Amino acid sequence: MKRRCRALAIALAAALPLAAFAAPDMTDAAGPQAAHILQLWRVTVLVCSAVFAAVLVALLWAVWRAPRGGADAPADVSGLMHGEPGPRRSVVLAVGVSSVLLLSLLLASVTTDRALAHLVLRDAIHIELTAHQWWWSARYDDPQPSRMFTTANELHIPVGRPVILTLNASDVIHSLWVPQLAGKKDLIPGRSATLTWRADRAGTYRGQCAEFCGAQHAWMALSVSADPPDQYEAWAAQQRAAAATPSESRTLRGQQVFLGASCVMCHNVSGTDAGAQHGPDLSHVGSRRTLAAGALPNDDAHLAAWITNPQAHKPGVNMPGTAFAPDDLQALVAYLRSLR
Amino acid sequence: MSRLSEPAQAALRRDPELTRRNAVPPSAADRAALEATWRDPPGLVGWLSAVNHKAIGLRFIVTAFGFFAAGGLLAALMRVQLARPNSTLIGPDLYNQVFTMHGTTMMFLFAVPVMQAMATYLVPLMLGARSIAFPRMNAFAYWIYLFGGLMLYGAFALNIGPDAGWFAYVPLAGPDYSPGKRVDFWAQMITFTELSGLLSAIILVTTIFKLRAVGMSLNRLPLFAWAMLVTSFMVMFAMPAVMLASTALIMDRLIGTHFYNPGDGGDALLWQHLFWFFGHPEVYFIFIPGLGFMSAIIATFARRPIFGYSAMVLALIATAFLSFGLWVHHMFATNLPELGKGFFTAMSLMIAIPSAVQIFCWIATLWTGRLNLKTPLLFALGFFAILVLGGLTGVMLGMVPLDLQVHDSYFVVAHLHYVLIGGAVFPLLGAVYYWFPKFSGRLMSERLGRWNFWLLFVGFNVAFFPMHLLGMRGMPRRVYTYPSGLGWDTPNLIATIGAVTIALSMLVLLFNLARSLRHGTPAGANPWGAGTLEWATASPPPAANFDALPVVHGREPLWQPWPQPTQVRGLAVRQREVLVTTVLDAQPDHRLVFPEPSIWPFVSALATTVLFIGSIFTPWAVVWGAIPVGIALSLWFWPKPGETERELMLEKSP
Amino acid sequence: MSRLRVVVGTLSIALGAAASMSGCEREQRRFDAPPVSRDGLASVQLGPTRAGPPASGASDPASAAASSTVADAGPSASASAVLGARNHDRNAFDVAQGKRLYRWFNCNGCHAAGGGSIGPALMDDQWRYGHEPPQIVATILQGRPNGMPSFAGRISTEQAAQLAAYVRSMSGQVREDVAPSRSDGLSTGAPELRRDRETPKLAGTP
Repeated sequence: MKRRCRALAIALAAALPLAAFAAPDMTDAAGPQAAHILQLWRVTVLVCSAVFAAVLVALLWAVWRAPRGGADAPADVSGLMHGEPGPRRSVVLAVGVSSVLLLSLLLASVTTDRALAHLVLRDAIHIELTAHQWWWSARYDDPQPSRMFTTANELHIPVGRPVILTLNASDVIHSLWVPQLAGKKDLIPGRSATLTWRADRAGTYRGQCAEFCGAQHAWMALSVSADPPDQYEAWAAQQRAAAATPSESRTLRGQQVFLGASCVMCHNVSGTDAGAQHGPDLSHVGSRRTLAAGALPNDDAHLAAWITNPQAHKPGVNMPGTAFAPDDLQALVAYLRSLR
Repeated sequence: MSRLSEPAQAALRRDPELTRRNAVPPSAADRAALEATWRDPPGLVGWLSAVNHKAIGLRFIVTAFGFFAAGGLLAALMRVQLARPNSTLIGPDLYNQVFTMHGTTMMFLFAVPVMQAMATYLVPLMLGARSIAFPRMNAFAYWIYLFGGLMLYGAFALNIGPDAGWFAYVPLAGPDYSPGKRVDFWAQMITFTELSGLLSAIILVTTIFKLRAVGMSLNRLPLFAWAMLVTSFMVMFAMPAVMLASTALIMDRLIGTHFYNPGDGGDALLWQHLFWFFGHPEVYFIFIPGLGFMSAIIATFARRPIFGYSAMVLALIATAFLSFGLWVHHMFATNLPELGKGFFTAMSLMIAIPSAVQIFCWIATLWTGRLNLKTPLLFALGFFAILVLGGLTGVMLGMVPLDLQVHDSYFVVAHLHYVLIGGAVFPLLGAVYYWFPKFSGRLMSERLGRWNFWLLFVGFNVAFFPMHLLGMRGMPRRVYTYPSGLGWDTPNLIATIGAVTIALSMLVLLFNLARSLRHGTPAGANPWGAGTLEWATASPPPAANFDALPVVHGREPLWQPWPQPTQVRGLAVRQREVLVTTVLDAQPDHRLVFPEPSIWPFVSALATTVLFIGSIFTPWAVVWGAIPVGIALSLWFWPKPGETERELMLEKSP
Repeated sequence: MSRLRVVVGTLSIALGAAASMSGCEREQRRFDAPPVSRDGLASVQLGPTRAGPPASGASDPASAAASSTVADAGPSASASAVLGARNHDRNAFDVAQGKRLYRWFNCNGCHAAGGGSIGPALMDDQWRYGHEPPQIVATILQGRPNGMPSFAGRISTEQAAQLAAYVRSMSGQVREDVAPSRSDGLSTGAPELRRDRETPKLAGTP
């Protein structure tokens, strides 16, 4: 089952470049947090469906069997004179059953809460995730500062290892929601929240900001790739390294263009003079699957279009367009795509 | 008599009919005099000075439905935008304004006011009173509501419509991230509508406590009146929280205070606490009157009183109390302590119990009744299917782990529409079909009513059921578009088709209303054979509501035999005299003369509007704007010697 | 009766509309500004042109000093197009963006929060190179002697116009309903909308 799901996910990813994620379905739990919630979900849906069916059946039966009468039929006020033990018994029983069911759901909820809080956190990856309007920056923490690295909009985590996310917001309230991994958590300016995950299945999971945060709330996705441990280590090592030094003439020219243009006002490429922190870190932008927090696929054409006119794709975003000469633009795109 | 001035004594000698009192049974002369006394004056000035609760109530209802239509059009625009992925029909800025206006309109300008509006019309009639309490304040409340709504839509038309959501979370709605005056207009609209709502609540509580028919003790109060009483108390406790929140927001934005500034001693979460402390009870302001409508309709169309009256009343009160303890369930995704959240889960689940009591009592009523399957009952039955489903998804949302998945997703959109449309709009439409004959004297078309119902029922489920799936598949709320290929395309398209069907059903309703006003079958006083007092008078009721005030001996006065006395004798017919009764047992307490129509509520509302709108732009407006408001209010309350004289004429020495 | 309602309704709408007449301009959010020009200073024209943008991205005070004579020249046609398209200091979104960019591009580094340190104060009434929006845009894009870097080719004219609008709000030149209020952070002075309007003077005049 797992292998089939993975194959399906990969097939989907290949077939749909933009929505290169499997559908972010909360019933497709890929980790224990989502699994606990899914289990509670199934129990609750069962109980609630049963109650709904019972109420509807009772109602329809009541409507079916009751005699009909017009506006001139005499009203039956006997209930005002003396009690109605029959209906009273039924109502009391129904209320009693409902209360017991509600209590059991409460217990189930609390039990699941506890299970969620008891995720084993040994050997966890620590990520500090900061939400901005309208992108995510992530810093992978490490006891050794030299092993820390920063990336944006795309997380990779090892399968089977817990992840502790420290959640901050730099401007307004955002919310991190990756349905296949866990419930959501709000990122609130002035408060630091914590969310814990573990992915038990390899795959790429789509997350999206789930708290209205302004004009481009709709296009603030986060890609979370759960990789086999060695693949993860390779990715992390690559991210730790400084940005690739351009070696051939086109990428060299691209780097010149990059450093001489508006890019450096907001973006960081490690190993160069570009050190601003207001936009996503571009040191390894070539290795990402999407651009602009999930809005565009990461290929030459889309990257060129994005640089030229971001407002056409994500109106309201804080990045200005830049008018490059065609050669310069090609070189710049080649350079950025080389930053893997 | 010796307290009267000389001119007044002379007037009385000239025309002793000035102190005429009604006979039992009331004579034609009594009826004519009452009509002349209680009706609103003619002409434009008369229309602006109206204080009759039926006139104000009808205006209120029509205005609220006007806002409903506006909010519905906005929803249609949203659904057209969301029908296909990657849609570029409307851009993010306009979409954000549209969904904010939709939510704001429905919650603040339609759902709560329409319930208060229906109550304004119906409650005095149901209680056997001539008038609502504080008639001029009632008129003022209407004008304030109208001006606030018009201000908001005027702003929207000028591109100053709020765009931070109907809930306006800070810091997004704060000064840094919402530049301009958009959010300020929203915050001030809150001030308008909350003032209006608060005043209506005070009026309804006073009416229900003090202006009931003699003999209508509290345990004979109709369930709809109980619902409005409970709602009004809730309004009085909850609305100050949002007024405080919005005032603090305006101050942050206009003056530079730091209430919500996380960087300088404030807290972004403070807004959420204050807003939801109001916001959760608010949905019960909308839901509980719907429960009242249900009780009224089911009793009449099952030809029996609602089973379990005491349980029903206690359930209403329990719901009201419990609703104040739920607000944090809107904040489960924040980093509040988990144990505290668990408490709110317990409360959120607990509130389902009184609602369950009500539902089971209604089913018992239908089970043991004799059913008259007319349109009002159809809408009441629709409530069961839709509200119960919404309530159950509410139970799901009340459980923290489940909420953490589907909070802020389309699952919640589905839930809230199931409970609000199922729990409030269906009963409201049933109430419209039920009481339209009383308002207008004509019955609505049954055939069109059935079309209305089925189109709405089917269209609603087609529109909103797929949203549960969308939420489970990860689609967040408040997004102006979405990528294709995530499994969101088809449910969105289906939802839009459902929305079109809902729009069609509303057109059928509109057509039915328009046609029935002109060509509907004339209804008599009691076309449905109902048991409550509003059906004991003509359709539409005369200006004074009743020719002689009724005396009540049971819970369903028109269904139970009426021993003597049945009517009150001796109230003045040439002045607006009402009988005030005691709170618990509705025994006669004293007689009171109510005020005449007056232009000052309208003028005061205009002055207050200028003050409120001015204070969006400068704090000095509060100072300078207070002057015309003060003048208008003073002129409003200025005692008029002529009126005092006429009241003194009615006094009897012991 | 319905005619009266129309009259009253129209009056009410007119009232609300009159009270917010300036709404349109203030509330516009225009997301379609011209891109950053790659011509560098050439697009801003005037005075000694540079050979092209500096390779390392750092500004060069020496060459900035060389262009000290450009103080009184205005912006080019393309810059004028941006500035002429609308009045940025009547648009709340532009002023708010300017405030954000002021923080992001580290104007604080020399100008602090308007009080000045290495660079001159921006919230007073002393203006060395002009206080009108085109002049401030020129100052930002061209750079100025003694340390003001040239941002031409680094930021778009639109962004410069937004910054200029914000700078003007620091001394109260921007209308109260457009100027920003307090920011989400430690306070660094009165909110811009509460500041008294300074009468701009040429620097050095008493």
